[in-house]
Amino acid sequence: MGTREEILNIIEKNSRIEVHELSVLLGADELLIANELKALEDEGIICGYHTMIDWSKTGLDKVNALIEVKVTPTRGQGFDNIAERIYKYPEVTSVYLMSGGFDLMVILEGKSLQEVAGFVNNKLATLDTVLSTATHFILKKYKDHGTILTKQYEDTREIITP
Amino acid sequence: MRDPLGKKVIGIKPSGIRKFFDIVQETEGAISLGVGEPDFDTPWHIRDEGIYSLEKGRTFYTSNSGLKELRQEVSNYINRTQGVTYDPLKEIFITVGGSEAIDLAFRAMVDEGDEVLIPQPSYVSYEPCAILADAVPVIIELKEENDFRLTAEEVLEKVTDKTKILVLPFPNNPTGAVMEKKDLEEIAKVVIEKDLYVISDEIYSELTYNGKHVSIVSLPGMRERTILINGFSKAYAMTGWRLGYACGPANIMAQMVKIHQFAIMCAPTTSQYAAVEALRNGDEDVSKMREEYNHRRRYLLNEFKKFGLPCFEPFGAFYVFPCIKKFGMSSDEFCTRLLEEEKLAVVPGSAFGDCGEGYIRISYAYSLQNLKIAMERFEKFISKLEH
Repeated sequence: MGTREEILNIIEKNSRIEVHELSVLLGADELLIANELKALEDEGIICGYHTMIDWSKTGLDKVNALIEVKVTPTRGQGFDNIAERIYKYPEVTSVYLMSGGFDLMVILEGKSLQEVAGFVNNKLATLDTVLSTATHFILKKYKDHGTILTKQYEDTREIITP
Repeated sequence: MRDPLGKKVIGIKPSGIRKFFDIVQETEGAISLGVGEPDFDTPWHIRDEGIYSLEKGRTFYTSNSGLKELRQEVSNYINRTQGVTYDPLKEIFITVGGSEAIDLAFRAMVDEGDEVLIPQPSYVSYEPCAILADAVPVIIELKEENDFRLTAEEVLEKVTDKTKILVLPFPNNPTGAVMEKKDLEEIAKVVIEKDLYVISDEIYSELTYNGKHVSIVSLPGMRERTILINGFSKAYAMTGWRLGYACGPANIMAQMVKIHQFAIMCAPTTSQYAAVEALRNGDEDVSKMREEYNHRRRYLLNEFKKFGLPCFEPFGAFYVFPCIKKFGMSSDEFCTRLLEEEKLAVVPGSAFGDCGEGYIRISYAYSLQNLKIAMERFEKFISKLEH
């Protein structure tokens, strides 16, 4: 029987896999797998099924930025309160609490440099608890979510070997 | 002019795989499930150590037996996996792939006329290496009804007073068969009773899917009669680094090292530094690869079941070995037609010994995606044969 971890390892890379195929690969009963998937979803372990897209190949305008944010934590709430105020913006794709030189890492997706700059100036920097921001734009993605975007796998082995 | 060639080498048949390789090369658009090496790249941290050793200028010979730290790591590894201790200074040495160790073991241990028991189907090099060492190869034909495991009866049938060595090629290429502890215990009894030595080729030991691999050296009385051969190629996807090792009693190792010292000098230094890293920090990589091989193994077996193609369930290596006897043609003919008609290359079972006739070896050292494309072609081919 495939463990939860095995199920997660597979669907993390291929969220489109069907329950039947999953059951073949793991040598487990189809119904069991279906139930396990349901449980994983219910428990919030599986939080969504996304698609990896290399937007740079589409010709559509997309800008990604990482913003280091220093904030003043609020009494009783720590960083959670301010994090929530930030992650509610739809253009924010990720928010992490960090150790080290700054507090929150905010990852943002926008259509243009101006749009991102506008967000930082008008929305982020003006929040009471935000002390400072440092914005970094992503110039090129080499690898994302474990997938190498710049190169195709090429099989260079001999065709037949003993 | 005199004939430049020796009779012994002329007497050895070229590998059956080679012949097939030439045909495949000429077939345009062919896809292959014929490869006997992992499709994964060597894990990056291992490659990085190799590169680092070059940067530091570690570009000299190592001792004949190999880097001391690598031998120590091999010793630790066998200890933690099999509970057997080998002295890294006298009982372990590093070779150019497991295949060099196979050759050396024969050359160090047999005299002219000694008989060597070789179970087949198995890797292509045991028989020629035994012949080159002037031994007489005696083939044991493994049977599908035993899941291609070796039985004590089969050994007893072939033992004579000239028999000196039993080759134990498990987990097996091409069948994927494994020997479990209970199977090995039966073999060990015969080996001790008949005073034989064992060359145990355990190159696929990390790739088993029904529990951990058991080595015959872990059984009582067997450590002193066994040459344990293993390497880095299959476990860590390091075929091109050409690195293996042999472990065994000090007196045998000393003689093997003697030949190695004159023929090879030492195994490649860069590879040895990389291998230290593999043994120290590679367990996680191996288990990830094993998990993925296992998915593919199950996928193929399920496909064969759908096609109605009989195939015993292999629990080791990365091969399946389905039976194609019902199509009424030889393995060679089957594979040639599969290649010509559907442009899919697999290896005829007969390349691994006469008793591999009627079977084909399919490697699953390919991504699931490629296996699916290949299985579409395969299904098309056999459904054509059936109608």
